[in-house]
Parts: sequence; structure tokens; C-alpha cells
Amino acid sequence: MALEKITATTGRAVPVPGDDIDTDRIIPARFMKCVTFDGLGEYMFYDVRKKEDGSDTGHNLNKKQYQGASILISGNNFGCGSSREHAPQALAKAGFKAVIAEGFADIFLGNSTQLGMPCVTLGHEDRLQLSQWVEKNPREEITIDLDTQQIRYADKSVALGIPASNRQALMEGKWDPLQELIENQEKVEVVARSLSYV
Amino acid sequence: MSKTLYQKVWDKHSVDQLSDGSTQLFIGTHLIHEVTSPQAFGMLEERGLRVKYPQRTFATVDHIVPTNEISEPYSDPLAQKMIEALRRNTEYQGITFFDTPTGKQGIVHIVGPEQGITQPGMTIACGDSHTSTHGAFGAIAFGIGTSQVRDVLATQTLKMNKLKVRRINVTGKLGPGVTAKDVILHILKELGVNGGTGYAYEYGGEVFDNFTMEERMTVCNMSIEGGARCGYINPDETTFAYLKGRPYAPQGADWDASVEEWKSLASQDDADYHDVVDFDASQISPTVTWGINPGQGIAIGEPIPQVKDLAPELQSSATEALEYMGFSQGQKLEGIPVDVVFIGSCTNGRLSDLKEAARMIQGRKVAPNVTALCVPGSQIVAKQAEEIGLDKIFTDAGFQWRQAGCSMCLAMNPDKLVGRQLCASTSNRNFKGRQGSPTGRTILMSPVMAVAAALEGKISDARKVFGQKGE
Ligand code: SF4
Repeated sequence: MALEKITATTGRAVPVPGDDIDTDRIIPARFMKCVTFDGLGEYMFYDVRKKEDGSDTGHNLNKKQYQGASILISGNNFGCGSSREHAPQALAKAGFKAVIAEGFADIFLGNSTQLGMPCVTLGHEDRLQLSQWVEKNPREEITIDLDTQQIRYADKSVALGIPASNRQALMEGKWDPLQELIENQEKVEVVARSLSYV
Repeated sequence: MSKTLYQKVWDKHSVDQLSDGSTQLFIGTHLIHEVTSPQAFGMLEERGLRVKYPQRTFATVDHIVPTNEISEPYSDPLAQKMIEALRRNTEYQGITFFDTPTGKQGIVHIVGPEQGITQPGMTIACGDSHTSTHGAFGAIAFGIGTSQVRDVLATQTLKMNKLKVRRINVTGKLGPGVTAKDVILHILKELGVNGGTGYAYEYGGEVFDNFTMEERMTVCNMSIEGGARCGYINPDETTFAYLKGRPYAPQGADWDASVEEWKSLASQDDADYHDVVDFDASQISPTVTWGINPGQGIAIGEPIPQVKDLAPELQSSATEALEYMGFSQGQKLEGIPVDVVFIGSCTNGRLSDLKEAARMIQGRKVAPNVTALCVPGSQIVAKQAEEIGLDKIFTDAGFQWRQAGCSMCLAMNPDKLVGRQLCASTSNRNFKGRQGSPTGRTILMSPVMAVAAALEGKISDARKVFGQKGE
């Protein structure tokens, strides 16, 4: 099964301000009582988007001008905490195709990449400027270009960060490694036999 | 320079380099639970794949099990569906499942060590971030996502990038009343919640040498709270003594050979670390959190910091935390009334935690304004505790004594905070809404400090409440 080669993502963006946004925030645990990932999109950032009486808060994610956004912009250490893949799955099901942040927690970064959802970093100032521009121009698109390693918006172009292996996996359509892992089965068995406890 | 344990274990388990430069790593031991595995089994079935090494995966059920009424069907049909899915999947694939009727069920990070499944020198993965707990045995253990659970089921391997290794030394002696939980809360406070991103933490020094395995597990458990995907401690005689005779530990001649191998894996004094951080044990106090991430901690007695005194990158999160918690800068936590006290979780739900808590309680009562829960981390912990009468000590004092599970650590079962309730909790995360109410508030602390809060009805310094006994 050939995977899509992800070299660039273009779309409208929405700023979700804050540092250390944990995966409990992205998808609260009470919505993980499920045996498939379908339907998680509805509960993405639920407690950020909804008041206790179920009505909408004034959060960006509820604002009309950001509906249809496919790129999420946030602060440092995005996706920290629980390893739940429900978090990137919820983002994907809610229509997000990429995340820009000042930094990512390791597990979230790995989970997202494996789903073919690029997670790229910007420095604090660049991220702020981008967020401010998006707030003023919510209808404009931005492009995350993995090939040139740049984020382009308006007439600007800023360098993005992404671990080399993640970039390569996305660009070559190898972000889901299962096939490659399976193909190596002989070598796997050699290692298994070498381990005293297996 | 010689290799760290991390490097040695990594080398032994490396299968190949993959096309994007990352490593295919063999996962010797795979643990699963009901929340993050059903979708993985589904993906496997979609592709018509079977589990490759079913004898290397072990399952338990912990997050969704009710802790008050455990007869089935559960009152929550979704929870019932999840436990049934795990039964079906493990049975079909031939995986050992420590299900509730076995008497061995419990929180996955308590069950693995308890059964002797967790051993030095292993690579261990589980679809749960607190898999770092198992590093206490000198294993390289880390949390993974569900697609990776699928990868392990299908191939017993993962695509991984190697971490850097930071050595964290805690030297000297801990003061009276200062526990393993305080050590890790202190480390998190100093190194931050993302200071460990890209790192494995290797803990060592006098304090760790003297710690029991249960204390070591408490520290390794919260490595992920500092951003470190795994944390470990080199195996030593304490490790071997804990493991000996456990159901899945090597037996007879295998035991001696294993011990020799385990010893050879430990990092040597001249090991090649990426960096080294030193802490002085005497500077660590009973520590509590005041905010919405586990790095927002203070020594009990210390005021909540002024936002302007914090590093610039910590200020916005601190402001958000103060607003959510309803606290102000400069305020002290001592004396703030609590509504709920939760003793349990994979951080502090082991027998030694409950024993220590019970020792403080004897003959006293939970304050009338407090709902107090004690939730053993596994059925075996519960049984051992009951055999020595701890359940009675807890219930006599006004605690609720519950069945094993994750319970109010993340509230995927009926145990939840209500509204803005403030909870003194021995768990590991104080994120917004973590304990089941979107506005609920959590203060992380050690079991002894949680007991002090329960009896006094407010955040207290256990050393003052219990005097010499608290030391
Ligand atoms: S006790 Fe809490 S942290 Fe530990 S596995 Fe259960 S939910 Fe996760």
C-alpha cells in the first residue's frame, strides 16, 4: 500500500495559544471510552471549546473566521503528557493536517508523524508573528513546505524545524513504517534469538 | 569512555537502520491495556495480520474498571465494551491477560513488576506514557501510541530514534519526612516539564542506591512528566532481591546467568553521558504543585512564585495556572482546604505507599469536609494490604477502601471530581480537568502529605502534623 508523499501542506490556520498543552486537553480522557478512533473529532479540545453547560466558549476554535482551518498553531511543549494517539487522531478527524508549535513532546511528535501529520517548529518570535498575522488574516492560507523547510505566508518565508528522519519519512511516503518493519522479519528473528529472555 | 546502560540495551535490541535513518528496535516486552489497544488490534485485523510473538505481550485492564462495584456488566456500557474487546482480542491472539477474575489485575505499571515480567536489560513498550516506571529495574521502557502498539503486535519491533542520556545524581541524605515523590517533584520543578525532551534520564547517587524498588518506581514513573520518554536506574542487589522468586522471573540456573548478564549492563562510572545534573538531597523538602503541570511545584511552606520572577518562557503558563487554580502569587498552600484526597495510581499505589499512609492514620479521623479514597494499584496490593489490616485502618479513619484500578488519577471510571473541587492527590498529573471535572483542581504530593491533608482537612506539612512519626 503506497502512502502519500507529503512534501507540503497548504491551508488556513488557527492559533491555539498556550504552552504545555497536554493531550488530556486535546482529548479529555472521558471521551476515550471507545474501541475505534472514529468520532473523536467532535471532542477535540472539548473542555476548551465548551462551557460546563455545553454552550460554546469564546475560544479561537469556535470562532467563525477559523472554521475550516487545517493547520493548528500553538506554543511550546505541545502534546505533552499522556501517550494517547487519540490526541493526534482527534485533530486529524477534526480536519487538521499539520501542527506548528515552538516545540513538541516526543511521543506526540512520533504519533503524529506516523499518521502522516507533519509537526514543525518555529522559534518563539517567528511563531508569535505568524499567530498575529493569522489573527489578522484568518481567511488567508499558509504553506508548510517540507522540501524547502520553510513556512510561507503573505510575502514572508521563515525557516521551520523538523527532525531529519521525520521529514524524510513524510516526504518519501514512509511515515507509516509497518510495511518496512514487516519486511525485515528475518533480521528481527535473529535479534529475538540472541536475547536470553525472549 | 564506556557505554551507558541505555546504549548497551539499545545495541542489543537494534535490528536494522531504516530508510529514513531511524532504527528498528526489538521490543522484548510489550504491555497492553484496554484504552490504547483495541484500535491496534482492529488495524491488525484489517490487514489480516496475526500477533507475531504473543508470548511477549501481557495484558491487564486498569483505566476503566470501577473501583466500588466490580461485578459485571459494569454500569457504564462503554466500559463493559472495552473490557470485552480486550478479552476477545487477547483470547483470539493467545496473549496472557491478567483479567479481573485472575486476582492479578491492576494498573499495568504495577502488574508488570509485581509479576516479575519487568526485568533489567529489557526493552519494554506500552501504549501508556508512564511505561517509564519500568525503568526502575534498569529496563529501557517507554510509552507509545496506538499505531505503534500495532507495530509491536505485528512485528515485535518499533521504529525509534535514539535518545540522549542525562545522568541525574541525587547525593547526600534526604531530610526527615522527605519521600521519593518529593524527589521527583523537586527534579521536575528544577528541570521543567520539557527539559527532558529528547532524553532518557538515568537516575543515580546515594539516594537512589538506598531507595527500595517501590521508591525507584515512583521516581521513574514521573520521568515523562519532565518530557523524558524513559527514565531508568542501573540494576543492583536491590533490584535482584525484588525480582527473585516472582512468577515470571528466571528460575534456578537461569537466575544466576541472568543476574550476571544484568550486572554487565549497568552503566560504569566513566559512562558517556550527554550531560550530568546534580542535586543535593538535603535541599529537597516535601514538595507540592500549585499549578496545572507537574513542574509547577514548590516546597511546602514556600510561597507560590511571583510570575515576574519566573523565566520568561514559564510566565504565560504560570498566569494561566493561577487563574485556573484560583491561587495568587505569593500565596502559601498550607492551610488551603481540600475537598478530596486520593491515594493511589501507578505513582503511589503500591503496598509500601499504603503502609506508610496507614502508619500515619492510625487512631485518627478524616476531616469532615473531606472525601478520602484509597485505591490499591493492583488486586495483589489490595490483598496484601488487607492481610495486614490496612483496609481497616483506612476505613476506621473514614477513608473509602476501593478495588484496584487507575481510578481518580484520570477518571475514566466513575471516580471523578465534581465542579471546582480541590484534590490532594498522590497521582502524577495535575493537568486541567485531569481528574474528571473540566474545572477540577489537583495538587500533587506524596502519600504522607496526602494523609496529612485528609486528616487536617487542608494542605499541611506532614512533618508538623505527625511530628516524629512523620519523619
Ligand atoms: S494510574 Fe494514572 S497515570 Fe497510571 S496508568 Fe493509570 S491513568 Fe495512567
